[in-house]
Amino acid sequence: MIPEIGQFALILALCVAAVQGTVPIYGAASGNASLMAVAKPAARGQFLLVLIAFCCLGYAFAQKDFSVLYVAANANSKLPLHYRLAAIWGAHEGSLLLWTFILTLWMMAVTLFSKHLPEAMRARILGVMGLVSLGFLLFMLTVSNPFERLIPAAPDGRDLNPLLQDPGMVMHPPMLYMGYVGFSVAFAFAIAALLGGNLDAAWARWSRPWTTVAWCFLTVGIALGSGWAYYELGWGGWWFWDPVENASFMPWLAGTALIHSLAVTDKRGGFKVWTVLLAILAFSLSLLGTFLVRSGVLTSVHAFATDPKRGLFILVFLAIVIGGSLLLYAWRAPRVGLGGGFDLVSREAMLLANNVLLVVAMGSVLLGTLYPLFLDALGLGKISVGPPYFDTVFVPLMTPAIFLMGIGPLAQWKKASVPSLAMQLRWAFGASVVTALLLPFVLGKWTPLLSLGLLLALWIVTTAVINVRERLTHLEGAGLLSRLASVPRSYWGMILAHCGIAVFIVGVTMVKGFEVEQDLRMNVGESATIGGYTFQFDGAKDFVGPNYIAARGTFRVTKDGREVTIMYPEKRRYMVQSQTMTEAAIDSGLLRDLYVSLGEPLDAGAWSVRLYHKPFIDWIWGGCLIMALGGVLAITDRRYRLAWRREQEAAPAVSQPVGAPIV
Amino acid sequence: MTPRQKRFSMIGLGLVALGIASALVLNAFNSNLVFFFTPTQVANGEVPKGQSFRIGGMVEAGTLTRESDGLTVHFVMSDTVKRVPVTYKGILPDLFKEGKGAVAQGRLSSEGTFVASEVLAKHDENYMPPEAAEAMAKAKAAGKQSSKTLVVTP
Repeated sequence: MIPEIGQFALILALCVAAVQGTVPIYGAASGNASLMAVAKPAARGQFLLVLIAFCCLGYAFAQKDFSVLYVAANANSKLPLHYRLAAIWGAHEGSLLLWTFILTLWMMAVTLFSKHLPEAMRARILGVMGLVSLGFLLFMLTVSNPFERLIPAAPDGRDLNPLLQDPGMVMHPPMLYMGYVGFSVAFAFAIAALLGGNLDAAWARWSRPWTTVAWCFLTVGIALGSGWAYYELGWGGWWFWDPVENASFMPWLAGTALIHSLAVTDKRGGFKVWTVLLAILAFSLSLLGTFLVRSGVLTSVHAFATDPKRGLFILVFLAIVIGGSLLLYAWRAPRVGLGGGFDLVSREAMLLANNVLLVVAMGSVLLGTLYPLFLDALGLGKISVGPPYFDTVFVPLMTPAIFLMGIGPLAQWKKASVPSLAMQLRWAFGASVVTALLLPFVLGKWTPLLSLGLLLALWIVTTAVINVRERLTHLEGAGLLSRLASVPRSYWGMILAHCGIAVFIVGVTMVKGFEVEQDLRMNVGESATIGGYTFQFDGAKDFVGPNYIAARGTFRVTKDGREVTIMYPEKRRYMVQSQTMTEAAIDSGLLRDLYVSLGEPLDAGAWSVRLYHKPFIDWIWGGCLIMALGGVLAITDRRYRLAWRREQEAAPAVSQPVGAPIV
Repeated sequence: MTPRQKRFSMIGLGLVALGIASALVLNAFNSNLVFFFTPTQVANGEVPKGQSFRIGGMVEAGTLTRESDGLTVHFVMSDTVKRVPVTYKGILPDLFKEGKGAVAQGRLSSEGTFVASEVLAKHDENYMPPEAAEAMAKAKAAGKQSSKTLVVTP
């Protein structure tokens, strides 16, 4: 009964989405206020309906209703409740429901925080989001229904993939989807602007906080996924350039470019056409990412063959969304205008260079991810593109981008002077170069990449310090504190996010340069030393978990004779799917991680074992978190709220529909 | 500079930068492509010499042996028609098993042994790496399949 309610709610949501995607857009085109006013209640109604469907699926999982195919395929009576609930987004159908739910959540947010928007704009934005949602609901109801029944009911479920039975995996998809789907707001803003034909600084100011929030979620989502891979896959890597990871990284690169381009549109009215294109690109890549990962296209191109209807639907949907918006772009973009000119050396030019570099980087990831798929689909042979490709491409592309990151914020808009920039930055440059060259010797090893990485990180931090000092000296105010207080939060947000990149680079550089990995055979009582730490293996014992059996090893770790910690890596066997899983033991620290994982049992209680010493690895995720925090700080800036208020006062009364709340 | 010259110099600079970037990307791309071959192709000598490539197929049951260091393993990869001996030093992935599909990346030694630098076996029990599935499907299509007990599931 409950699953049928969920299904029914989805059908109703589909009807509402059809209305929301057409009536308000038509109303905006014909200037009919009562038609435009449909958007808001429709969006809220849709949110409620999809929420009901989502809860119904959650209820089915909580109640272990194995007469629902999706529940039977992804849960088991022995699976703990929190993982049963996380299993909602454990596979294809449910994760699409999560996607749609988050989309309606963003719609709800738009209805709540858009009082300052002109009515036509809001109607168009919600209309476009309604159309996207229409596509997803149609997809779910036709070929990918999470509520499909299994009759007769299965006596027990097939259980959730053990890889996903992990707290990191519980949080990772919702965070990632908040980011992916968040770009739909920027996308809807862009399409609305194209439809309306006016794209001014106010438009950019409205879109900025939305884009930044989505970007923050995406950043945290990717970091969570990377952290999960690090401790769950058992081989200690944090990024594999796996197609699935690339699928989430491409929207991030496009989104990062979008944030910077929006800043120019907001502050200077420039880059308008480019900004719109990036907004379309970021969301298109989000869609591509969702489908690539969740349709099984990536694990095997043959997934298309197993369910050709699904593959076809996906291709058609992508073609309509991407092709349609690009067509609209080609048709309407000339009306939007280019914005003011600027000099070859100016903040605009540097941001443009940053954008080009980010987009080229995104393109190179796209090439490396999709080319093998195309080749295979055309029957031209099987190839794979390995991590060396991405490493070779990314270092030279990101080096100039990061170099510009130090200069850009100091450069003036429109026209900057090279000599004065050089004057301001000469100490930062000198200090970074000297330290970066010498520091590796102090650490005990010199390689060009080590120095380059440290140079980039130091350059970001030193230029940020100079930037802040410069900013403070040009401010009026008596004391340092009052001057500090008058610096806007968006500025601090930018500085913080840039420093997050520096922290990230330090992490990557130090791990690449100094990590020690050792695979070896260890007998009971034997010990091995890596990175100054001695690991003594005290044998492995069997024990029983809720839905698995495991061997748990004991490792006593000492440094210079003093005990540091005791580590318990596990080798689990999940009974239902009879799948083996490695649970690594990790001792985290600010300056290093110790990582132990069990390989295979050998004779006489001996095991093959992986011992890793990873310096600074937590800085990688720390850097991502700092970046996201910077984004959060930026959106709390007063200027967005002030701009909103001013906008309301200036808003002509005619654009307010009858009965709309006037705040 | 006149605005016109300025615009042209900007476009020129942009084009040069894009050109350099694309050359870099394509060059890196070309030199890092890893091709995939089936055991039959390896046995027929169709593989590049001294270059890294991937091989996929079934890990033949009963062929997995381990040296006394506990890390170096030997096994035979087959597509049911031809067999290729493989050597790998390291810890095998959780889902690596005899009688299951696997993909290995590495080089062919002069004695005809495939020295793997990486062994992949992913996802769940029933999942067959597409390359491994294809290798066996090809062998089957060639009509030379010796055993009928193998079921190829894509």
